[in-house]
Amino acid sequence: MLNFIWVFCILFGILFALITGEMGAVSQAVLSGGREAVNLAITMAGVVATWSGIMKIAEKGGMISTLSNRFSPVLHFLFPEIPKKSKAMQYISANFIANFLGLGWAATPAGILAMKELQKYNKKKDTASNAMCIFMIINMSSLQLVTINILAYRAQYGSTNPGEIIGPGIIATLFSTIIGVFVGKLLERRCK
Amino acid sequence: MVFFLYLSDFIIPVTILFIVVFACIKRVNIYDAFIEGALDGLKTVVDILPTLIGLMVAVAVLRSSGFLSFLTDILKPFVQWTGFPAEIIPLSLMRLVSSSAATGLLVDLFTTYGTDSFIGRISSVMMSCTETVFYTMSVYFTAVKITKTRFTLAGAIAANIAGVVAAYYVTLLLFGK
Repeated sequence: MLNFIWVFCILFGILFALITGEMGAVSQAVLSGGREAVNLAITMAGVVATWSGIMKIAEKGGMISTLSNRFSPVLHFLFPEIPKKSKAMQYISANFIANFLGLGWAATPAGILAMKELQKYNKKKDTASNAMCIFMIINMSSLQLVTINILAYRAQYGSTNPGEIIGPGIIATLFSTIIGVFVGKLLERRCK
Repeated sequence: MVFFLYLSDFIIPVTILFIVVFACIKRVNIYDAFIEGALDGLKTVVDILPTLIGLMVAVAVLRSSGFLSFLTDILKPFVQWTGFPAEIIPLSLMRLVSSSAATGLLVDLFTTYGTDSFIGRISSVMMSCTETVFYTMSVYFTAVKITKTRFTLAGAIAANIAGVVAAYYVTLLLFGK
């Protein structure tokens, strides 16, 4: 799938630029895209390393397993094929909690660890398992309860009440996550 | 509402405080654990860097070709009869591929229509209930070397469409036009 997306973006982008006459912008984009990615990775490296460190402390202190036991019924519904007390479930709960709190960068390390653990239960190593697909869908459906960045932008651009979107945001987030899980669970049975 | 902005300053430090205190009680060798985790984290970043470069180049090419504005023009007539403001279409498409570009568009909408306008509110809500799909997918799947992603993309896009629709209706119901 990623292969397809990549080829589509590159070929289609270049061909489309022929029509729109944006070739200059495209060649600029080729050069700056890679640079941006490296810059992002450098920024990310510090934050991800720090949070992975903190996560390790939480894991060794038993905090993550305590939290994941609380989530157990929900997690079991979402990922029935993964054992309840496994490491995978612990990292998944750590990822969800970080997402709820809006700690975007802290959620990524936990999420990657969760994927690595889920890979251990996966029979076909190049194909995503049901649990992986559902986990990814939930991550991409947004779980964040309060989007601090957006509040900050709203405040900066003169909103009289930046926080008024928090309530609606939570409702919409809940809705998008439920639909995501629902569609995922439907497709899970159809698609092998 | 200043409270929420104030609260945000607390989330990270308090989380760390909890974790460290908890680990102290359990007598974990905290610093060693941190170093071990940090090394894993760095390795992960190095592992995903090539994907990140590939993806960001591809997205930059597609974005600069003017394809998204073309797509917006195509979608406009289909969307307009529902009452959904066409001005937000570019943002909802951009949100799928690039978080920083989407933020740029959001700021544009804020300055053009105002943060407390109907458009300003929908786009704020939308930004909080959707996620950068392609970036997240590539980072996570690359980390475990999975190439066949099955129904992940379909589910994620469904969730994001649901988010956009929900943002529209919730804003309409709570604030009106």
